[in-house]
Amino acid sequence: MIAMQALAVISVAYVLFLFAVAFFAERAARRGRGAWLRAPVIYTLSLSIYCTAWTFYGAVGTAVRGGFEYLTIYLGPSLVLIGWFWILRRLVRIGRSQRITSVADLISSRYGKSNLLGVGVTVLSVIAATPYIALQLQSVVLSVDAFRHADPAAPVVADSQTMTAFWVAAGLAVFTVIFGTRNLDANERHHGVVTAIAVEAIVKLAALLAVGIFVVWGLMGGVTETLARIDASALGEWQVSGGRWAGLTFLSAAAFLCLPRMFQVMVVENDSDAQLRMASWAFPLYLMLMSLFIVPIAVAGLEILPAGANPDLFVLTLPLASGQEGLAVLSFLGGFSSATSMVIVAAIALSTMVSNHIVMPIWLRLREGTASFSGDVRKVVLRSRRLSIAGVLLLGYLYYSVSGGGAALSAIGLVSFTGVAQVLPAMLGGIFWRGATRAGALAGLSVGFVIWMYTLFLPSFGAGTLLPVNLFDQGPLGIAWLRPQALFGIEGLDALLHTVLWSLSLNAVVFISVSLLSFPQPLERLQGAQFVTTDHVGGGARSWSSSAAQAEDLMVMTQRILGAREAQDLFLTEAQRQGLSGSLPDPTPDFLEVLEKRLSGAVGAATAHAMVGQIVGGAAVSVQDLMAVADETAQMMEYSARLEAQSQELTRTARQLREANEKLTRLSVQKDAFLSQISHELRTPMTSIRAFSEILRDSADMRPSDQTRYASIIHDEALRLTRLLDDLLDLSVLENGQVNLNLRHGMLADVLDRAAAAASAEETGPLTIRRRSDNEEVLLYTDIDRLSQVFINLIANARKYCDAPDPVLEIRVRGDVGRVVIDFIDNGSGVAPDAQDVIFEKFSRVGEQKAGGAGLGLAISRQIMVRLGGTISYLPGQGGAAFRVVLPTDLALAAQ
Amino acid sequence: MAGHVLVIEDEPNIIEAISFILSRDGWRVDTHSNGVDAVDVVRAKAPDVVILDVMLPGRSGYDILRDLRDDPATSAVPVLMLTARGQSRDRELAERAGVSRFMTKPFSNSEVLDAVRALIPT
Amino acid sequence: MSAEGPARRARPLFVARETYRRRRLRDAARALPVLGLLLWMVPLLWPLNTEAVSASGALVFLFTVWAGLVIVAGALVSAMNATDRGAAVPDPLADEDDEP
Repeated sequence: MIAMQALAVISVAYVLFLFAVAFFAERAARRGRGAWLRAPVIYTLSLSIYCTAWTFYGAVGTAVRGGFEYLTIYLGPSLVLIGWFWILRRLVRIGRSQRITSVADLISSRYGKSNLLGVGVTVLSVIAATPYIALQLQSVVLSVDAFRHADPAAPVVADSQTMTAFWVAAGLAVFTVIFGTRNLDANERHHGVVTAIAVEAIVKLAALLAVGIFVVWGLMGGVTETLARIDASALGEWQVSGGRWAGLTFLSAAAFLCLPRMFQVMVVENDSDAQLRMASWAFPLYLMLMSLFIVPIAVAGLEILPAGANPDLFVLTLPLASGQEGLAVLSFLGGFSSATSMVIVAAIALSTMVSNHIVMPIWLRLREGTASFSGDVRKVVLRSRRLSIAGVLLLGYLYYSVSGGGAALSAIGLVSFTGVAQVLPAMLGGIFWRGATRAGALAGLSVGFVIWMYTLFLPSFGAGTLLPVNLFDQGPLGIAWLRPQALFGIEGLDALLHTVLWSLSLNAVVFISVSLLSFPQPLERLQGAQFVTTDHVGGGARSWSSSAAQAEDLMVMTQRILGAREAQDLFLTEAQRQGLSGSLPDPTPDFLEVLEKRLSGAVGAATAHAMVGQIVGGAAVSVQDLMAVADETAQMMEYSARLEAQSQELTRTARQLREANEKLTRLSVQKDAFLSQISHELRTPMTSIRAFSEILRDSADMRPSDQTRYASIIHDEALRLTRLLDDLLDLSVLENGQVNLNLRHGMLADVLDRAAAAASAEETGPLTIRRRSDNEEVLLYTDIDRLSQVFINLIANARKYCDAPDPVLEIRVRGDVGRVVIDFIDNGSGVAPDAQDVIFEKFSRVGEQKAGGAGLGLAISRQIMVRLGGTISYLPGQGGAAFRVVLPTDLALAAQ
Repeated sequence: MAGHVLVIEDEPNIIEAISFILSRDGWRVDTHSNGVDAVDVVRAKAPDVVILDVMLPGRSGYDILRDLRDDPATSAVPVLMLTARGQSRDRELAERAGVSRFMTKPFSNSEVLDAVRALIPT
Repeated sequence: MSAEGPARRARPLFVARETYRRRRLRDAARALPVLGLLLWMVPLLWPLNTEAVSASGALVFLFTVWAGLVIVAGALVSAMNATDRGAAVPDPLADEDDEP
């Protein structure tokens, strides 16, 4: 008989070995040499946590008690994996794209990031998992006892059992805290844990196969002999009820999808489709090998071991009884591995759920109102997750020590399976049916949960423990059709099938009906669209609108959750993607979406949403309001309208650019033309000056009259140059708006008098000016000098260009509301229609006469009138040339 | 060698200056100050050299020059072109139109004289 | 939701040989669990009590089906991997869930 000390040493060594494996895997991943950690085979092996101590020890027990029924527990998951293309592929992709952290997160996130649903699934999971964890502790205790007592049927010492259970639970808590909460991001792989459980998967498979091979070839004498002895045994005939065969296959398939620990390794830890592809055939193979030797071991145990031996421990006691101590130790390690790997992953999964859906929301609620996230959220999250792990294990331990570990192992397992399977309708509805609503999911889950509690979970403690005995006989308050194990008066059903049937069918019916009847919130619909059409949606649906969120606040918060470096990297990447040079991106809806998804990898969708919401404020609500009005088509229309608006904006911008470009080109052409004109206007007088001054210089024998004449030409051209320069400067000043107006009061008649006099003095030539002085009694408040400059120019033009034999200029003044209109009309031939547009341009000269000016007069006049708040324009159809000057009477206002 | 020069220019003072310079050197000078009928005038007077301004009232000097070059009767007559705009583009335009000599105002008297002398076919 | 709309409408009626193969592999992957379920539910037809099927026969049947499913599933996956690797241009609709 192997000494207890030796067993203890071997166990401790094995545990240390697992710690080392986890540690090195973690370090390899950290150093970037962890590609092998993502190998599909590791993923496949990690799925083996499905095979707990319940399988390792309990399957033989089930086979002894219920024949082939034990197989159903493996057929269901095998079908799920072989049919990966139906459900798992989608589930895994959603898990990756939405950064789902747990099954509760999946449900919560899908149904509008509802934390209530998250809490519901978490509570359900914890209740269902606690007995299961207790079961694992019990199996370890029982297997230790099997060694302690050579005779497994001997009575056990309760105290030492409890101690063993306690130390196992404590050890598991330490391991899980160390390797399960290294990364904050629950969506990232726990490489250490996954690698350790992969090793454990090999150990337990090897152990079970070794025992099986020993039994078949060592004890039974070969395959044929074994089959014959099976037929001869109590298990010799097919005695499984059809209902249980089909029902349990379905139940195990459902539980496989919904168990938090399975969801953890299958969906949360998954990072490629390749992993799933391999698992689709390799995991059924693993399950097949695990269940291959169960019946032979059961038959051999029944034959060899004394009657009354616990069939749940045949795997261990058979080698012990045969004196194969090495095999027994291997078997013990296999059972130990089965139990511990399940507990570790379950603790991680449950602690993530508890922390993200219960602890963090409460913490956030408590801190609501405080301006920012002042504490280190990272620490809070990690601490809450660690406490949750300890709490989950403590619960398991308490359950074990209170219940005393009486019930047969597999019974607990199936009760637990039925509990978690209640999530199935909401899960499948959530990923395949866009019409599934939060209200439906909540109602379905509640109904399923209540029925499960009432008809299976509470009664599983035994009639009279938690539920009074007479409840089972007469129903609550004597209502017979509500008896826990005969709902609606249907008796005679197997208790488990009864619960599976009623809970899941009513759950599904209520889920579907309430979904059909209720109308989803906008956020639910967005999430539903993302989940159901996960392959198509790359982020088309947004739940944030543009908002006044402060990028800096978001940064502060993100740093405290993801850590400084990771947060800064994220923000920098996003800023660069937005084309910004700084390190803070604009809080666009897209960015908020990305940020929220990243945060939800750490704290779950609902909490992340709430956190971002706290900073962004009511922005999400406005989207809700917006979208609430919109139905399916309106959503599409809104989206396409947005696209259209964007493209319109693009077109508009392009047009503006084109216009600006054309304007620049035009300006450039104008500038060239202007320079050309200036050059011409300056060079022309200069040519005369130069030519005549050379003539004067070179010709000594010139007549005095010629000399005088040439000198006066030089003089005139010099004056012309000066005038030109004056005009140019004047125009430049006016155009740049640098002119200071000398505003004062004056009568219009006086201004006209002065202008007429000045124009006559300058030019000789007959021009009769006709005025009606009574109309001219208008008081002006303006720059009188500038105004008379305009008038002088107009009168001089008439004098110069009026080609009538008897030129007459008529000046008509007409008062109007707030303005005065002054027309200058001569009796000449006027300005040709095609020239009327250009006469106000610089250097435009109409007609062939040399007028001595540079053609800047009207251009200057127009600039002056603009400054004075009035206009000057050509008035066609008046017989001769006609110009209209419009002047506001109160310039003080108009000038500003 | 009493060559015949036709000056087509719209600035009276410049016409007077050029006429004076050329006459003093012994040239016979005719003047014209309008662009519109300049081609006809050249054809009618058949000068030995034409001095042509670019900016003429009614018609640009380039157009006139192109017409002269297109007409076999006048295609060979040397044309000295004067411009006050003096941008490189103007020289290009003039050369493309078939100018014999191109000068920018203001010019020195001797320059004009030399140019006309050089252009006269001997 | 986004540009998928037109793409989906423009889904070709006939596809190249490789794409065709890939689609049929998916069909097979979808059909396999149905076959497995049917075979594994055969025990429902077995009589109980009188003339019960022998345990060894039942075991052999169930595990043969199991092994067969594993082999076919493995073959399907390796065929899928091979066509995926062989495809120079990935099927644009490869990731699209075919509507039932």
